[in-house]
Amino acid sequence: MNKIYRSMLFMPGNNPGMLQSADIFDADSVIFDLEDSVSIEEKDSALILVTELMKSIQLNANIVIRINPYDTAFYQTDLDLIKQLNINTILLPKASLQSMKDLDSQLEKTNINIFALIETAQGIEDVYEILKSTSRCVGLILGGEDLSVDLNCERTKEGTELFYARTRVVNAAKALKKIVVDTPFTDTIDEMGLKNDCLTARKLGFDGKASINPRQIDIINTVFSPSEKEIKFALRVIDAKNLALENGLGVFSLDGKMVDLPVIKRAEFIVHTAVKIGLIKGENDEN
Amino acid sequence: MMKINGYKDNYEMFVKSSGNKSLPVIKPKEYNFNEKKLRKNLTQLLDELDLKDGMTLSFHHHLRNGDHVLNMVMEEIEKRKLKDLTLYASSIFPIHSPLVRMIENGTISQVYSAYVSGPVAKAISEGKMEKVLVMHTHGGRVRIIEMGEVTIDVAFIGAPTCDLFGNISGKIGKNACGAIGYAVTDAQYAKKSVAITDNIVEGLANYDIDGKYIDYILKVNSIGDAQGIVSGTTQITKNPIGLKIARLTTEVIKNSGYFVNGFSFQTGAGGISLAVAKYLKDLMKETNIKGSFASGGITSYLVEMLEEGYFEKLFDVQCFDLEAVRSIRDNGNHIPISASKYANINDDCVVNDLDFVILGATEIDLHFNVNVTTSSTGEIMGGSGGHSDTSYGSKVTIVVSQLFNARIPVIKDQVICKTTPGETVDVLVTERGIAINPLRLDLIERLKKTNLPLKTIRELKAISDELVGIPQEIPFTDQVIAVVEYRDGSVIDFIYKKAL
Repeated sequence: MNKIYRSMLFMPGNNPGMLQSADIFDADSVIFDLEDSVSIEEKDSALILVTELMKSIQLNANIVIRINPYDTAFYQTDLDLIKQLNINTILLPKASLQSMKDLDSQLEKTNINIFALIETAQGIEDVYEILKSTSRCVGLILGGEDLSVDLNCERTKEGTELFYARTRVVNAAKALKKIVVDTPFTDTIDEMGLKNDCLTARKLGFDGKASINPRQIDIINTVFSPSEKEIKFALRVIDAKNLALENGLGVFSLDGKMVDLPVIKRAEFIVHTAVKIGLIKGENDEN
Repeated sequence: MMKINGYKDNYEMFVKSSGNKSLPVIKPKEYNFNEKKLRKNLTQLLDELDLKDGMTLSFHHHLRNGDHVLNMVMEEIEKRKLKDLTLYASSIFPIHSPLVRMIENGTISQVYSAYVSGPVAKAISEGKMEKVLVMHTHGGRVRIIEMGEVTIDVAFIGAPTCDLFGNISGKIGKNACGAIGYAVTDAQYAKKSVAITDNIVEGLANYDIDGKYIDYILKVNSIGDAQGIVSGTTQITKNPIGLKIARLTTEVIKNSGYFVNGFSFQTGAGGISLAVAKYLKDLMKETNIKGSFASGGITSYLVEMLEEGYFEKLFDVQCFDLEAVRSIRDNGNHIPISASKYANINDDCVVNDLDFVILGATEIDLHFNVNVTTSSTGEIMGGSGGHSDTSYGSKVTIVVSQLFNARIPVIKDQVICKTTPGETVDVLVTERGIAINPLRLDLIERLKKTNLPLKTIRELKAISDELVGIPQEIPFTDQVIAVVEYRDGSVIDFIYKKAL
């Protein structure tokens, strides 16, 4: 697992000022959006703007492009241009088995990955199969707004209505070792609400959270980063493991507790993440 | 032709000078108590003042864009056909647009000010004024008066409250503006000083200007509109780029080596500057570090920090919002100071005790010289105010700015106008990196140990140039329309009229 997905920031594809600043907000990924945040009459200008930007500027960020849904007239137009760009990920809205299959086949001669946006009741039920449908699929984002419309229920800050969807998508993604990113928290002023929502998502197993406003990135990154305490413990686990290996021990204990493989794997993941986001220096970093 | 002085070469001669402070500043008064100073009619007052062509008249700007005093007095003077007057106004705002006509018809031939915006700035930029505009600093304005470079014939002082002795308070009255630090020197040094008020009380126990300096009191219906006191920008920015800059700035403060118990701080009222105050408060809470004082133009954010114990004192030369006005009235630790005490090089001034100041910039060049006087296209739209005063005094001067805004870059090879010399600017914080002045080896050494995105100013300029290009050079004529004076009186730049 190379990339970190604590935060994925949506930016409207027709807003040049924002696109130009895509790489300064410290979001782990930035999603240039051609779909919901772009009105019908702006679709073509958004596509042109995103395409030209990607051709002319080297942005220092992991760029994902959300194309329009499979069942719209814009899907093919978007895809024809976007797949020619030097990008590594497309976000497919309203992902279904059928749309994933089509997108996968159209990307056949490229190295472009797919993120599935799971935002329909059917998508929630099919999520395991959707993620499994192609090795090109690296993960999913849960889309709570559209899903609650599909469920005909009110979208609340507490997110009770999403509980089933959240746990189901997390389980499917983890079973397949894919990335799972939570739905955006849409009140951009309520910082405490955002933090609580992030904490809930993290507890459920999400790797990160999508966002619709750059102001949210700091809080999201903080919640989804390993804490100082976690990093220190993880480093001790790895040191203890290395020592055990040197001494030819198969099993070992730390602070009086046996350390088994899952604990080691989690420690390695925490250290990997901490290095990636610059909280600690990696072995190959300069001093 | 005005002599161009390098400010560094001339600095020594001022350092130990006390200006003409040794001269008696208490002027003999014709009237010294009761209603003998009181006038109820501007016309009658102007008759008594015996105004003549060529005189110098002063005004303060504490009522900011809500000020009615300057226009009221000058329009009456204009009717008297007086000509060639020098206007010594601490700042000029859009509300003062009637001055344009007076500049055009010769009533006013010269302006001295620390900040000029709106239609007056536009008229002067267009070369409509007979003589040059002199742009000084807030501290420099006091020094000019003290050293006798300019003699004020009459100071017209907008007074939110005044008693019959002429004692003035800025803290009470329907148009209370809080501190009136810029008017103190005018009252002390003008040949005649007039308090213009819409609130007369019998006797003030606490006042900001002593009545012994006031010759006349003029009662009017209204001196202004209190709502206009609020500075242009007094809200924390919501712009995520601005917030990122503010966060980086707070990290610079944290790791600078000067963020220790008892540190002092000043920030302006701009959106990013206020965001720095917010993040700084969070940092102080987290690290349990308390500051000694915050100074300058004071906003509600600094008031909040005082009230919550993050700073022990506020030293306030002007209030930027009505919450600051309330605080200076009610809180003994919110202390009014004169412009001299704030920033005059001949005084034991507060800016010299600053650890951090956060400042803005319209342009900054590769030598860290900053322009806050003209726009990027060369029109006058501001001025130093306290920019170069605080930049000189503060141990760490941090300029905050977006690297570019609406495709206009902030970093230029050369600034159109040098308001603040680069030798006094330590750090530039932008959303795409932080540049430290190479002269500040201590800061470079400390900040290199962090994860902060340090770059040279040339590297930042290269990023900016790649993204938005290099703007076309603005063509100017050789007609000087303004002279920029550093705080010690030396001329550090000229502003030229733009070519058509």
